[in-house]
Amino acid sequence: MKHIVKILTMIMAITALWAGLLQVSMIPRSHTWLLPIYFVVSLGCYGLLMVGVGLMNFPTCPQEALLLQKDIVEAKEYLMQRGVNVSTI
Amino acid sequence: MDEQHQKGKDKYSIIVPTYNERLNIGLIVYLLFKHLRDVDFEIIVVDDGSPDGTQDVVKQLQKVYGEDRILLRARPRKLGLGTAYIHGMKHASGNFVVIMDADLSHHPKYLPSFIRKQKETGADIVTGTRYVKGGGVHGWTLMRKLTSRGANVLAQTLLWPGVSDLTGSFRLYRKSALEDIISRCVTKGYVFQMEMIVRASRKGYHIEEVPITFVDRVYGSSKLGGSEIVQYLKGVVYLLVTT
Repeated sequence: MKHIVKILTMIMAITALWAGLLQVSMIPRSHTWLLPIYFVVSLGCYGLLMVGVGLMNFPTCPQEALLLQKDIVEAKEYLMQRGVNVSTI
Repeated sequence: MDEQHQKGKDKYSIIVPTYNERLNIGLIVYLLFKHLRDVDFEIIVVDDGSPDGTQDVVKQLQKVYGEDRILLRARPRKLGLGTAYIHGMKHASGNFVVIMDADLSHHPKYLPSFIRKQKETGADIVTGTRYVKGGGVHGWTLMRKLTSRGANVLAQTLLWPGVSDLTGSFRLYRKSALEDIISRCVTKGYVFQMEMIVRASRKGYHIEEVPITFVDRVYGSSKLGGSEIVQYLKGVVYLLVTT
């Protein structure tokens, strides 16, 4: 099954649930009408939160840059001795 | 190849697409040989007609390491990453294929952990992820981290891919798995990397992740602009609808 079908099915199920709530009218009508908007807004906020949290905890590795420079020096030495062109010009 | 598999001996074909990587290719080859001492592997350099003499350097490297360990399978001009992998695979004699970048953002020292993970779990695909603990990036501006994180959250929400790093291109594939997936992929650039891993996930391939560090391009230039973002969004929508 294509992924979009799964998502549309989910949306349809949620819509059916919402329609059901409208019918039953246990919750005041005005609130029920606004439920989809609440849903979309919460989804948006959750997304932004995830982006923010991820950004704060973004793993960085400054020491790796140093290690890489060491590796480059080592490699250049080895290759130069064996006749491989390692110039940057 | 069947015999190899039966004897329990795995061979790894490392495909490195290059374009103007005259200095980096030597460094990559040195580091591969340094970190894979007890591994049976070959390096397949797919060079797209680099004008900077990359192929001459590869020939020099062949004299040092042997023509059976370094294969130069060049192409006349820039023909795209997907076809570079396909071209490389035609000449691969291993039962596993590694794909990686030639610009030193992917460090060969992680390959033993890819191989170990695959052996431990029997996975079909092991992909490197920059976004988990133990992994990481260096040399990224705040803006780039923001776009990367935003893109990741969007893709995770819409596609449920089952991996934490969708656009990474440091991966180990079982050769049969790669051949199967690559035949179904049609996009280009890094969206292609996304398409590969999403299709593999949909097909039920066993995918594992290992943390890797990603140090931004040391020699050469790298771009991420507005058009890339548009391309990315189009790619996500395409994958949403077709996988």
